[in-house]
Formats: sequence, C-alpha cells, structure tokens
Amino acid sequence: MGILEVKNVNKRFGGLQALGDVNLSVAENTVHAIIGPNGAGKSTLLNCLVGKLIPDTGSVMFDGQSVLGRSPYEINQMGISRVFQTPEIFGDLTVMENMMIPCFAKRDGAFELNALNSVGNQKDIIERAEHMLEDMNMADKRHMHAASMSRGDKRRLEIGMCLSQEPRLLLLDEPTAGMARADTNNTIDLLKQIKQERDITIAIIEHDMHVVFSLAERITVLAQGTPLVEDTPDKIKGHPKVREAYLGESA
Amino acid sequence: MFGLQKKDTTLLLVVAALALFAPFLLNPFPEGSAMAQFNAGYPDLMQRFVIFGIFAVGFNILFGLTGYLSFGHAAFLGVGSYSAVWMFKLLGYNVIPGIILSVIVAGLFSVVIGYVSLRRSGIYFSILTLAFAQMSYNMAYSVLGNPTSNFNLTNGETGLQVYTSDPQILASAGAPDLPHLFGLTMRSSYQLELGSWLFTFNAGYYLCAVLLLVSFYVAIRIFRSPFGLMLRAVKSNQQRMNYTGLNTRPYTLAAFVISGMYAGLAGGLLSTMDPLAGAERMQWTASGEVVLMTILGGAGTLIGPVLGAGFIKYFENIFSKINEGVLHAWFGFLPDGLENGVIWVVEHFVGPGWHLTLGLLFMLVVTFLPGGLVEGGQKIAALLSRRKSKDTDNRATQSTPAE
Repeated sequence: MGILEVKNVNKRFGGLQALGDVNLSVAENTVHAIIGPNGAGKSTLLNCLVGKLIPDTGSVMFDGQSVLGRSPYEINQMGISRVFQTPEIFGDLTVMENMMIPCFAKRDGAFELNALNSVGNQKDIIERAEHMLEDMNMADKRHMHAASMSRGDKRRLEIGMCLSQEPRLLLLDEPTAGMARADTNNTIDLLKQIKQERDITIAIIEHDMHVVFSLAERITVLAQGTPLVEDTPDKIKGHPKVREAYLGESA
Repeated sequence: MFGLQKKDTTLLLVVAALALFAPFLLNPFPEGSAMAQFNAGYPDLMQRFVIFGIFAVGFNILFGLTGYLSFGHAAFLGVGSYSAVWMFKLLGYNVIPGIILSVIVAGLFSVVIGYVSLRRSGIYFSILTLAFAQMSYNMAYSVLGNPTSNFNLTNGETGLQVYTSDPQILASAGAPDLPHLFGLTMRSSYQLELGSWLFTFNAGYYLCAVLLLVSFYVAIRIFRSPFGLMLRAVKSNQQRMNYTGLNTRPYTLAAFVISGMYAGLAGGLLSTMDPLAGAERMQWTASGEVVLMTILGGAGTLIGPVLGAGFIKYFENIFSKINEGVLHAWFGFLPDGLENGVIWVVEHFVGPGWHLTLGLLFMLVVTFLPGGLVEGGQKIAALLSRRKSKDTDNRATQSTPAE
C-alpha cells in the first residue's frame, strides 16, 4: 500500500478524455516520476492530487484518507506540498518573509488571527526559517526581494518553503522547465540531497529525461490520459511501448 | 516602547506631536492677514482631518496590505454615523455608547458585505462592494427612511437627528443638550490669543485626535504582526498561499472587517462632532474619496493615508473657499484686462472648481510618485542626504521604502 493511491480516476473536459482509468501507487520514501508526451494528462493528474481539480470518478487516497473535495490548503495541511512549474513565491516579500510564511502555516494552521504580536517576537518561527535558509544555502539572501532573484534561486526558495512544512509527499511539476543546464543540475543535486537527508516521498512530473533518470526510482509513463507502463528506470529506458508513445509507431 | 520597534515608535510620536500641536501648526498665519484664509486650525476642519485620517488608516489595512480595492467603505462610515445618532436618541448625549456601537454595528455590517464580496477578487470585488454601498445608500435614503412609517431607521433625506421627544433614558437632568463626554461638550473650545494669532483648542478635536492615535497604534501593530505578514502574502501570491496550507478567505475577511470597524469609528465620530447623520455619507463619491486619500498619501505605508486624508480635506475646505472676490484682491495689481483674464483661468481651479485642482494633483502624484506623498518625501530626503555627503549616495537610493 503506497502513501498515495490513485484508483480508476477519470477526468473529462467536454469531449476530451483527459484522464482515463488512471491507477497509480506511490510507495513511501521513494522518488516516483510521471512522464509522458505533451497532452498526456500529467498536469491534469497532478491537479487532481492537490485539490485544484476534482476527478469525475475514481478515488485519490493519501495516507489512507481521501483528498477528493478538499481545498488545496486542506490537502497541504494533510502533508502534501507542491512545487510549481514556474516558481510560485511571494515576490513582493523578502526571502526571509517567504520562508517564515510556511513556518507559520505549519505552526498555526490554516488561519490564525495573530494581529497584535510582532513578527520579530516569534523566535521559534525565525529560528526555523533561518535554519531552513541555511539548509538551502540562501542565508546570505535573506533580506533580498524574492522577485529579484534568479530563476534557479526562486526554485530553490520554493522547494525550501515546501520542505519547511515537513511534508510527507512533495509534488514537483516540471521543476527544471525553462532552466539552463547548470541550474537544472543544481536542482537535481538539491533534490538528491533532500532525498538523502529526509524521510520524504517525492512525486515528480518531468519532461527532461536527464532529470527523470537521475532521480527516479519508479517511473510511470502516461500517454493519452492512461498509464502505459510502470517500472524501474532501467526497464523503462528500453521499453518498446514507451518508445512508441514518445516517437510514434514508425520509430 | 509600547511593544514597537524604534522606527515605529518614532513615527507614532511624530503623529502624536502633530495631532497634539495641530491647532498651532495649522494656524501659521496671523488673523486678518491676507494669508489667513489658508489657516486650517479651526475645530471643524481639524476634526475632519483626524476623522478621515482614521477612515483612511483603516481602509489602508484592507487595500494597502491585501490589495483588495473596496469601493464601498462609505457604507460603513454611514452605518457608524447612524448608530451613534441612535445612541444619542435612545440613551442620551454621552458620546461613549455612540462610539462603541458605531464600531460594533459597522463591524457586523462588514462581516455580511465582506463575506459575499470576498468570494471574488480584483475588479469584481470592487464592483460588488460598490453595489452594496449604493444599495445601502438608497436604502438609507428612501426605503428605511420614510418618516411616516413605523420603521424609520434613517429619517430619509432630512437626516437622522435627535428630537426633544426622544427617550434619552440615560440622560441626567443637568446634562448638556449636545454630544458630550461626561459633561464636557464636544463644542467647547479654549481660545488662546498670542499677538495677532488666535489658536483654538477644541474638546471634540482632542477626543478625535486621541482616537486617531489609538487607531494608528493598532494599525502599526497589525502591520508588524504575523497577521499583517499574511495579508501582504495575500496581495503577493494567493496561489502560493493556498498551496502552503493557508486559507486566504478568513484572512481577507478579517482585514475587511477590521477596516470596516475603523470606518464605523470614523462615522461615529462624525456624528459625535455634529449629531446629524445623512445618507449622503454613504454615497459612492464618499467611498471614492477614501480611495483617493489612501493612494495619494501612499497605499501600504503607515503614515500615507493620514497625510492623504489631511491633504484632500485641506484642499476641499480651503481651495473651495476661494471665490472671485478673493481672486480680485490677489490679482488687483494687474492691468484690468489681464486681471480678468487671469481670474477667468484661475477661478476654474478654485471655489467650486477645486475638484479640478485635486484631479490634476492626483494625476501628477500617481504618474510621478506611484508610492504617493510618502514616496515624494522619501525622494526629497534621499536628495537632501545625497547633497550632504556624496559617499552615502548609494545607501540613500537603495534604501527600502520605509513606512
């Protein structure tokens, strides 16, 4: 039984069957990649996991509890954090403030009217956020305006923000999309390091095969809304069905 | 001090000093001089400065922090005004119950309006709040204000006021027949003559000023709190907030209600200064005015809204008083033809035309100083410090916008 169990999920947009009978099981403490050509339904599947979309049929269970019908913030509080394709951070705030917000969310829950205490007096939060910034090698950037950082740093910050919540499952949506090779390799190293240091399950949606094969322990190949195969990277590499899905029949 | 950082304490003390010495500061010109009409140190106007300051400080908690632009905050101002007058009618002229009730009622009212309006964001939110405020205005003006019906909440276009037939159950025999604080009437003033200067210290003004300071202090605390940080996060990226396990709805609603309560307090104080509440206080122009004040002063800064409120109220009251006679006195030294020409041009910008001046100023500020008057002040300060020493040049220009 995996930490994330997707069973018979269907999602239709008008006449388009975006997801058809998707079954997926992500085992705890593994890195599981979901790959597939454009339009395979990878993002739709991800959106069904985090509460942005509700599948027409089927079930999504996280740690034995259904996530269906819950809002994104509730699902996050259950222990799923999401990293977006383009880094979603609080651009108007400083790096330190960015890092403090998930710490508050972890400590105080979805809402807390803490209106008369000074942020400067929240020693536990400050300590935690600083610790996390050091882990991410960003301590020197703490007073920087988050929007003014490079894309690689924004990605690093976003991952750090997710990790500061100590999620059990980290979802990454094409974390290296649009990155230069050096930034991509940095991100791969960062994710490897994270995996080594923590008990965490990572599900990653990715286009870049270099990233997938450097990180993943299991790979699910999605094509036209349905899982084709699920296996270890070595097996996937030479799998004829995968070649077919990516390169077309004639190849 | 007061649980504030040093910078914020300084700011609070500056505002306190300005409020305390306003009767002096606003009356720089001697009585009877040609410039005396630019004096703003009379009670009626000073009260307006601080009351609208409170209104704008509260509005800024919503607009400046969360970025939600409400076009209906005058509704809460109006509700606060009516509540206070009702307390005068039912309980008596002591201002305390009136002020308390105006804050409570405006708070409840804003829970309802905020709950519905905050289901949308951006322009749809603005339109929803505008619609609610206009509904409130029309209700107050006609439906709920029919003097012949049994349910006359607002007394329609006459405005709600206190009549001798009203119960006033808590009024003691010797109590003044005007709003008062335990016997001290709001209109009572002490006048100080120094040479040809005349300074007026008014009880009502100082009550409002104390409440402004309390409001300002609370606003500082909110700005610096984790709650304030969350509100800024709402403005910055709601998507990230939702995926960080934070529910944005209660945050925005709390900000909305807090700013509604500030507006209610301002409305209650308006009635306290003059116990007559009319529906026009709820009109959309009044809602627009507080938006102008906040943007003109500097949205998202602490002191900005207070400056903006003072600025606009000053223009409204001083520029609108300049009439043709005054202009003739000013430009009398010019040859006749030229004098009339100049006056013809200038009179469009003063008197009833003061809105034109305000509009132009607003355009200039928004175009050249998007951060409002506060940004203007910072630029001047940066310029001055650059002149003082060239080596601190870099630091002055790179300094983050302070409140």
